Amino acid sequence: MTIEVKNLTKRYGHNKAVDDISFEIKEGEIVGFLGPNGAGKTTTMNILTGYLSASEGVAKIGGKDILEEPDEVKKMIGYLPEQPPLYHQMTVLEYLNFIYELKKVKLPREEHIESICRLVRIDNVAKRVIGNLSKGYKQRVGIAQALIGNPPVLILDEPTVGLDPKQIIEIRTLIKRLGESHTVILSSHILSEVQAVCDRILIINQGKLIADSSAQELTKSFGSTSNLTVRVAASDEEAPFRMLGKIPGAEKVETLGCKEAGSFDYEIKSKDGVDIRNEIVKRVIERGWGLLMIRAQEATLEEIFIGLVNKTSSKGGKK
Amino acid sequence: MLAIFKREFKSFFTTPLGYVVLIIFNIFSGIYFWFGTLYNDTVDMSYVYSGFTVIVLSTMPIITMRLLSEERRQKTDQALLTAPVSLAGIVMSKFFAAFLLYLIGISVTLVYSTVLAFFAQPTWGYILGNYLGLMLLGAALTSVGLLISSITENQIVAAFISLAAMFLLLMLDTVAQLFPVQFISDLLYALSFQTRYDNFVAGMVSLSDILYFLSATVICLFLTTRVMEKRRWS
Repeated sequence: MTIEVKNLTKRYGHNKAVDDISFEIKEGEIVGFLGPNGAGKTTTMNILTGYLSASEGVAKIGGKDILEEPDEVKKMIGYLPEQPPLYHQMTVLEYLNFIYELKKVKLPREEHIESICRLVRIDNVAKRVIGNLSKGYKQRVGIAQALIGNPPVLILDEPTVGLDPKQIIEIRTLIKRLGESHTVILSSHILSEVQAVCDRILIINQGKLIADSSAQELTKSFGSTSNLTVRVAASDEEAPFRMLGKIPGAEKVETLGCKEAGSFDYEIKSKDGVDIRNEIVKRVIERGWGLLMIRAQEATLEEIFIGLVNKTSSKGGKK
Repeated sequence: MLAIFKREFKSFFTTPLGYVVLIIFNIFSGIYFWFGTLYNDTVDMSYVYSGFTVIVLSTMPIITMRLLSEERRQKTDQALLTAPVSLAGIVMSKFFAAFLLYLIGISVTLVYSTVLAFFAQPTWGYILGNYLGLMLLGAALTSVGLLISSITENQIVAAFISLAAMFLLLMLDTVAQLFPVQFISDLLYALSFQTRYDNFVAGMVSLSDILYFLSATVICLFLTTRVMEKRRWS
């Protein structure tokens, strides 16, 4: 099921929560909305699911406009909002049955609900009251709720927030599996999460779409090779420092001090697109020192933002 | 739509709320029945019926306070609004769930009438007319409470505003006397829920009273959908 968004804008007074966003998502893609809190990720999702109306622009799912055919579109979407919409006095089974009826699903009821419970691993708490479940289980009930009716499009707003590391990995694996048969949009403010799960990343900041690329492209362009940490085993700190500074392509070298006995750490920034790792290895060995570690520092979300903002402003086209 | 209605109605009884409401209905109408009817050796139940305005006023805010406010506070409205259900459908389901609880509450009067039927020939026309009056009054007040519940996220605030609004609507005839201008005073008197309901208690079932309550109900339900629609757009 394709998703098409054109010039979507949402105003709150003078404030634009979403500012002229356009994108298309093909069937079967897992797309990540990435952005800091308050960037407009949730608002965009709320518009796509029909919870909010856009001030301007069009959102179409499977070729159908959410405003013109709301019921048809809503049937195609499973939505996990930021806070799962759970009724705390109901048991998990009662709740899922309620959602089943609410969404007017026509699949064989018991089988369908049972299979979803197994899929998200809540079958062991199915008869418990939702209010008494842990945060992780509540989140999973929220995901189960979105899966009811087997909608072709899944929209998940920060699906792993508040979960422990083990649960996060479980949910990510689950989303990847769901991505095989669904079109998935998920949001996150954690870069590594989006990289781990998504085929494609849309970066949103202050309501604007500032990047739309595949996960690999993103790491390539804000790559990991331009910022390295190197640990060299040498007798003094000065000599490797000078040597590293002379490598062609190296822009800036900083000493980080001694982190391991008999060795020194350095941080090296190289020019964009120049990979100096081979050169470092060669020169360290030539001098008879030991190379204990060479590590590329991953670009953080903040760095990517700064990079993107600089990029767009240097083009001079956009503000 | 049926799903929302069923869930809402059930939720009255998964919390103490439904029981509390029914207990208030039974105890207070029982007191009115005892003192007004049995103690006076009469089959006249007008005392019970007129006393019902107080019972309805004290329970209706409790019945309606959380209908929509709680959905918003718990963000469960996101499940409803992103499901293939119309706004009107959601509002109607909420209305009928609350109204059904109210109907169960007032049906206790039918028990009283049945008890009386063992001792004397009750005037069923009068009883049914009163029952109709109670239903219409309840429907109108339910929709008023529902409307107020849609405005706030806080159920306690909703309860108090509802209480004030319902009290005012019932008291308009008293307020009317305070206005020296004949035209305004007449208007308020005609708008008073109490005036309209008193006609039923007096045994007069008129089309204008029926239409009055029905239109008040419909207007409030319509406004509720508007409030929810507006939230989506702003």
